[in-house]
Amino acid sequence: MGLSKETLLNLYDTMVKIRTFEERVGEMYYEGKLPAFDIAAGPIPGEMHLYSGQEAVATGVCANLQPDDPVTSTHRAHGHLIAKGEDLKKMMAEIFGKETGLSHGKGGHMHLFDPNLHFGCGGIVGGGIPQAVGAALAIKKRGEDRVAVSFFGDGAANIGAFHESLNLASIWRLPVVFVVEDNLYAISVPKSASTAVRSNAERGAAYGIPAVQVDGQDVLAVYEAAKEAIDRARRGEGPSLIEAVCYRFRGHFEGDPELYLAKGEKDKWKERDPINILGSQLKAQGLLTDAEAEAIQAKMTDLVAEAEAFARESPYPAPEEALEHLFA
Amino acid sequence: MAGERLLTTQKAIAEAIAQEMERDDRVFVMGEDIGAYGGIFGATDGLLAKFGPERIMDTPISEMGFIGAAVGAATEGMRPIAELMFVDFFGAAMDQIYNHMAKIHYMSGGRVKVPMVLMTAIGGSYSDAAQHSQSLYALFAHTPGIKIVIPSSPYDAKGLMIQAIRDDSPVMYFFHKGVLGLGWMTPNPRATGVVPEEPYTIPFGQADVKREGSDLTILTVALMVHRSLDAAEQLAEEGINAEVIDLRTLVPLDRETIVNSVKKTHRVVVVDEDYKSFGMSGELAAIVAEDALDYLDAPPKRLAVPDVPIPYSRPLEQYVIPTVDRIVAAARELVSG
Repeated sequence: MGLSKETLLNLYDTMVKIRTFEERVGEMYYEGKLPAFDIAAGPIPGEMHLYSGQEAVATGVCANLQPDDPVTSTHRAHGHLIAKGEDLKKMMAEIFGKETGLSHGKGGHMHLFDPNLHFGCGGIVGGGIPQAVGAALAIKKRGEDRVAVSFFGDGAANIGAFHESLNLASIWRLPVVFVVEDNLYAISVPKSASTAVRSNAERGAAYGIPAVQVDGQDVLAVYEAAKEAIDRARRGEGPSLIEAVCYRFRGHFEGDPELYLAKGEKDKWKERDPINILGSQLKAQGLLTDAEAEAIQAKMTDLVAEAEAFARESPYPAPEEALEHLFA
Repeated sequence: MAGERLLTTQKAIAEAIAQEMERDDRVFVMGEDIGAYGGIFGATDGLLAKFGPERIMDTPISEMGFIGAAVGAATEGMRPIAELMFVDFFGAAMDQIYNHMAKIHYMSGGRVKVPMVLMTAIGGSYSDAAQHSQSLYALFAHTPGIKIVIPSSPYDAKGLMIQAIRDDSPVMYFFHKGVLGLGWMTPNPRATGVVPEEPYTIPFGQADVKREGSDLTILTVALMVHRSLDAAEQLAEEGINAEVIDLRTLVPLDRETIVNSVKKTHRVVVVDEDYKSFGMSGELAAIVAEDALDYLDAPPKRLAVPDVPIPYSRPLEQYVIPTVDRIVAAARELVSG
């Protein structure tokens, strides 16, 4: 594919940034909740769905996007928003429910919005898919060359919104790319028990949409497939569907006992860690040394630490602010 | 003569949309059979010829898909109008309405706007039975984040639609099939009225006192405004002066006009074509109890659909939807009791 060294290192940086953010959130999440797990306690209350293991998908897709390309995401959105270029401080502050967060604490981890990055997500499976279609409709009406992307999981590919959206996008030939993150499970139910086709890429044919399955642990494979789809959309040639096969390293959410996994399954997938896959390739090509990799890790650890400090030190919103922002 | 032009409510709605589409190229309409057909209830009558299929977009039967697409287009700065053919079909799209359209602005801490109108037909009294006759505005008024507009007259229909399109928040606009002046519905003289040709707006949250009275207050919306006015005329012959208030919008609600009227008349009846329990009639009775209890000479009365689905057969349907006769009877009882 002949990507520049700069692009390759940016992909690596982004994946490390996401992993570092997620692992630190995962640690902090348990503060104040143990020994008897209390979901409402600690600095980060509520549910927590982390993206560790799937970094190559968000990174490979978003590397082809501009800040004004709309993205809709899911309950597992941190990776997409970081790859889109979000300020970690505002993101972390939102996850902490602080006044300085993206939504002044009204959204939280599952409802992250940033109009500057044209980013939105939500906790309803499949909810963002029609909205990406609508964003693409707005783009087409204005004759712009922007493209909308919707990330969602294999579970969402079984909800009506997915099928209605693919049909709409196809009949209206909209600049939208649908990205199925097939992490093999919808919470605990394996895809084999939930999905009538072997690959969700096969479903593109039902709507006349070009579709491809890629190795979601390989950021270069994702990048290449996304580039083709996004370029096609920018050229006005309509929607595409990408199925990226990937894996959750931390289960569905924090506290998931993962009783549904086969013995040794996760360890096997961890051998295909997307960061290590790209890291090894870069090292083999002489584009990255061990020392440079350590420096990148140190830089990301610092960035996340700054975000954490910002979030911890920020004030909570005044309670009565709960009554604000109902109407524009 | 200028200002004296007569229009039906249906034509007033279509004119409002057309004028806003001429004024603002971000406005477009999506829905089922809204193009060549002009909308099953005529809300987009003539607009396809005027604006073409790029802005008057027939959709497949995919309510979740196209209402969700309207949400997405709105967040990207367009001002879509989506038509849900009958409000009864909401179930197919409820996630996008309740969890996205209504909540995105709030969840984003006020940073993302969703300027869209979701218009939909309500109401019965023509034997369309349980799945095509509901009113259901209370269901949507219940969730925070949606403005609820229910016009009863041609003049209000136009001014409230223009206001809805210009609003930066999501608005649900409910048109009652019986107030539209459609040739295939029961003739209704109140469905035709004077509508100025030029665009104008009516602010939300301002109830309209359709008829002043001193003996009781009737609070209502949509077709029940017409029936309440008919009832008030009969009551006047008996010497009972009913004040009839068309709320026009439930969110925001003109609490002040309601309370002031009840303080004046000391009696109130709510006439509601929606279901009785946990709905508009209960909410209004509660407001009166909170703010004007000491002024009441009698407990509030509620006329509403008695918590059954809307039945098909004419005598059954007429039994559950408030009629002029029952409004008269309720008022009489309230005043004499």
